[in-house]
Amino acid sequence: MKDHRTSISRRRLLQAAGGLGGLGLVGGLVPTAVWAADTLSIGFIYVGPKDDFGYNQAHAEGAAAIAAMDGTKIYEQEGVPETLEVQKVMESMINFDRTQMLFPTSFGYYDPHIKKIAPKYPDVKFLHAGGLYEEGDPENASSYFGYIDEAQYVAGTVAGHMTQTKKLGFVAAKPIPQVLRNINAYTLAARKVDPEITTQVIFTGDWAMPVKEAEATNSLVNQGVDVITCHVDSPKVVSQTAAERGAYVTGYHVDQSPLAPQQYLTGAEWNWGEIYPRFVKWQKAGKDWPHLYRGGLKDGFVKTSDYGPAVTDAARKAGDEAIAYFMSGEGVIYKGELKDNRGNVVIPAGQEREQTDIQLEKMDYLVEGVIGSTSA
Amino acid sequence: MTSHPGLRLAAESVVLILATFAATALLFALFVAAAGAPPTGVFYDIYLGAFGSWFSWQNTLTRAAPFMLAALCTALPARLGLLVIGNEGALVIGGVAAAAAGISLNGVAPLAVQVGMFVAAAVAGGLWIAGALALRHYRGVNETISTLLLNYLAIALLLWLVGGPLHDPASLNKPSTPSIGSANMLGDMPGMSVHWGLAYGVIACALLFVLFRYTTFGFAARIIGGNVRAAQLNGLAVARITLIVGFLAGAAAGVAGMVEVAAVHGRANESLVAGYGYVGILVAFLARQNLAMIVPVAILLGGIEASGGLLQRHFELPDATTTVLQGTLFMLLLASESLRGRIFPIRVQEAN
Amino acid sequence: MEGAADLGWWGVPLALLAGAVRASTPFLFVSLGECLTEKSGRINLGLEGTLVMGAMIAYGISFLTGSPWLGVAGAAGVGLVMGALHGVICGLPRVNHIAVGIALMIFGVGLAFFLGKPLIQPSAPQLPGLALGAWSDSRAVRAALNVNALFIIGVILTFVMAWMFRSTRIGLAIRTVGDSRDAARAVGLDVKRIRLLTTAVGGAFAGVGGSFLSLYYPGSWNEGLSSGQGLMAVALVIFARWDPIKCLYASLLFGGAGALGPALQGVGISTGYYLFNATPYLLTLIVMIAASSRDRALAGAPGDLSINSSS
Repeated sequence: MKDHRTSISRRRLLQAAGGLGGLGLVGGLVPTAVWAADTLSIGFIYVGPKDDFGYNQAHAEGAAAIAAMDGTKIYEQEGVPETLEVQKVMESMINFDRTQMLFPTSFGYYDPHIKKIAPKYPDVKFLHAGGLYEEGDPENASSYFGYIDEAQYVAGTVAGHMTQTKKLGFVAAKPIPQVLRNINAYTLAARKVDPEITTQVIFTGDWAMPVKEAEATNSLVNQGVDVITCHVDSPKVVSQTAAERGAYVTGYHVDQSPLAPQQYLTGAEWNWGEIYPRFVKWQKAGKDWPHLYRGGLKDGFVKTSDYGPAVTDAARKAGDEAIAYFMSGEGVIYKGELKDNRGNVVIPAGQEREQTDIQLEKMDYLVEGVIGSTSA
Repeated sequence: MTSHPGLRLAAESVVLILATFAATALLFALFVAAAGAPPTGVFYDIYLGAFGSWFSWQNTLTRAAPFMLAALCTALPARLGLLVIGNEGALVIGGVAAAAAGISLNGVAPLAVQVGMFVAAAVAGGLWIAGALALRHYRGVNETISTLLLNYLAIALLLWLVGGPLHDPASLNKPSTPSIGSANMLGDMPGMSVHWGLAYGVIACALLFVLFRYTTFGFAARIIGGNVRAAQLNGLAVARITLIVGFLAGAAAGVAGMVEVAAVHGRANESLVAGYGYVGILVAFLARQNLAMIVPVAILLGGIEASGGLLQRHFELPDATTTVLQGTLFMLLLASESLRGRIFPIRVQEAN
Repeated sequence: MEGAADLGWWGVPLALLAGAVRASTPFLFVSLGECLTEKSGRINLGLEGTLVMGAMIAYGISFLTGSPWLGVAGAAGVGLVMGALHGVICGLPRVNHIAVGIALMIFGVGLAFFLGKPLIQPSAPQLPGLALGAWSDSRAVRAALNVNALFIIGVILTFVMAWMFRSTRIGLAIRTVGDSRDAARAVGLDVKRIRLLTTAVGGAFAGVGGSFLSLYYPGSWNEGLSSGQGLMAVALVIFARWDPIKCLYASLLFGGAGALGPALQGVGISTGYYLFNATPYLLTLIVMIAASSRDRALAGAPGDLSINSSS
């Protein structure tokens, strides 16, 4: 806090002329932050609260890792919707805080917002979470993403060993490819343990619907489900409700074990604290990085939570084997013959779809063993 | 003190507004001080973020544009003494209609597409609110509550359409309608990075101000607002005027939705539900339902919103800080109404 | 446990009942509060802000003191203050009641989000549920009958309020003030004071409704906690035609409607959840249209209620 205030007063002195001049209409932009030349200013933009036990917190952990590096200064803004607002926030960070790198972290920030603003500021690097970069997009933009379905595969393996009722539950926001990949990977892993296992999925319709999430969790437990996971912005409500009802929980986004200490098995987590500092090091070294930068467990993009106390030795061993499978670089989740839950063959026998396969990003099916439907 | 009653009333308005701002500033200063931020620094950042540079001005004006159009949705029916809060719903419906029109007109000249989107949005939003006022006029259904309910219905309709009938299969991870095509986008006004929505807002406010101030239609609306029974006795077409006002109100908000689609997103999706409609209600009341005042008030609120980010980044104040400021301002302004006529006391007959 | 799985389609009505009981409590408290306020002839559109403030304060107090019931009391207290604020401002001349409500909603929500920032992360002690279904072997039945004490208190308050309006002097006074302020003045009632009190107490009800959200179901504090239950209360009271007992039924209906989507997906029907979500609003609109007529005030409405006049 202290250095904030001194920087403000210093800035105020500097800006007295520029900002106030001519009611600001003619006032040019005056450097607002006075840092040593080698200090890198970096902006982070979140769509929700940055301590939500979920999506935003995962990114804030990456921001904290950067803040801990020498010669960096971070600026964070939360609660920024995917509207014109985010365009103006990016520009405001560039204009007022002289940020040289921006991390607009919500999926919907990319198109049209980053695509519109990035060309105006060619010296600023725009790093977006979501893996959306396409040929022809602005040079100074890039999009990174993690194959978190690998971590979900590990969690599904553990869940498959732990379930008594052979029924897993998945509370999901919307039937979009990223979500379907997680549901399918989770189910495939569990059914590898025992082909009788099914996953019941319930879509709540939006990313943050606490009452509906609680309702869906209860509904799943009532149907006999005994291990529950989710893909919503904040897994807090689902984790707490499931644990209260006596079901096991596998987490998502970040570690939710504090919310369900006894019932937490493991979880699929982002590992931005590992990835984000890489970008900063490259930037400082003047190195370029790929416009599309992706990876899974092996590359440190994602990780799994520590096993909870309830996890049996057999489940633990199977989980570790699944991790090793992906760490070897040989791990493939989606292999033929793969059927969807309506009986259609979606991957023919003998074919494998590796994580980089573009087809996976268009996934529109639920695999055999998932109870639920992708239609809205 | 002046002796002319009109001047006295005007002076009183100015004094009341200034006093309200001063009281709001004082309360807000105490509030941020309690939260551990220095009030002078906070006020300076609000100034800086809202009006402190050309960038800030553009930021403020861009945000003010939808507020102006949305505010008309409350301010016009207020001329008739009706309180409409369906701004958000009319905006959303207008946005969906604009996107649908933009998609179906694809291939025509961009200007024609834009006109088509404009008309579709205005008609859809217009019918949306005119419908509520028809229910009010013919069946006595309270327009405030019905338009509140219509907001929820509009949002549900939007989510259903972009996920179903109007879904673009390529919009995988954020269900949306297909794009209207970049050639058909409205773009920015010359010389600034502010989209054309601002011009729409200012022109709409100006035209409607003239309509309600200087025409027979506006005069008739004023009479209805004063006393419906008297208006009916005078043979005014109350039904027709009510429906037209409702249509214009909804059309304005609908056009705000069209601007969101045609100038910002290029398609309709859940981002249309951004709360501009609710800020519009606030703007209308702060402007005391005066059409000429909507433009400056919208700019003021746009400025407050534009500066919110600086408060977060420089003082670690939460994003809700500007909401607290708006709520305080709104409440004090409403309370200040009760002081009207007491600051420079004049006899009631004279004032009227 | 197997019994639960075998319920199949029977699980849907059971889930609806359970969902209705779980999700209706906030609706019930807010609508009872609004009903009380409107019976005295005043409308408070700001209960959404009160509800959210109540949720935040209750969570904060429960977290700091370890006592969720103290949190409920705190929520009632903050609701009382916010209701009184509405009452005082509306007591001033020439002030638009509905606008004050909207202002209070913005203020309350803003303040709750502001002060609630540090409460998003921690877990606060929750209100206990009463296991009324312990006799059953079925998970679903046990879950459906796991009822929170606030729901029972709400049901009792419903009947107390209905009795109060029907058979007590206070109830008569409130109704008189609500139907005609001139008639009330003629019999010596202090209109301003009665309206101030009903608005304040109505606010306290809404605060308690908020505490249920953060301390029981879904039982967490975050900025998306309320999905407009407070705003809907105004419509819900109209739906219930200003009758506390009908408020109870309407709350159960609205709560049950929220549970319909997940319950149907549970048995494999999963299309159109956005339209399901909108049914309560559509129903209310239909009821309003049916109950209104051109010449008459809304049937059953207090005569002096500001939504009947054109301002």
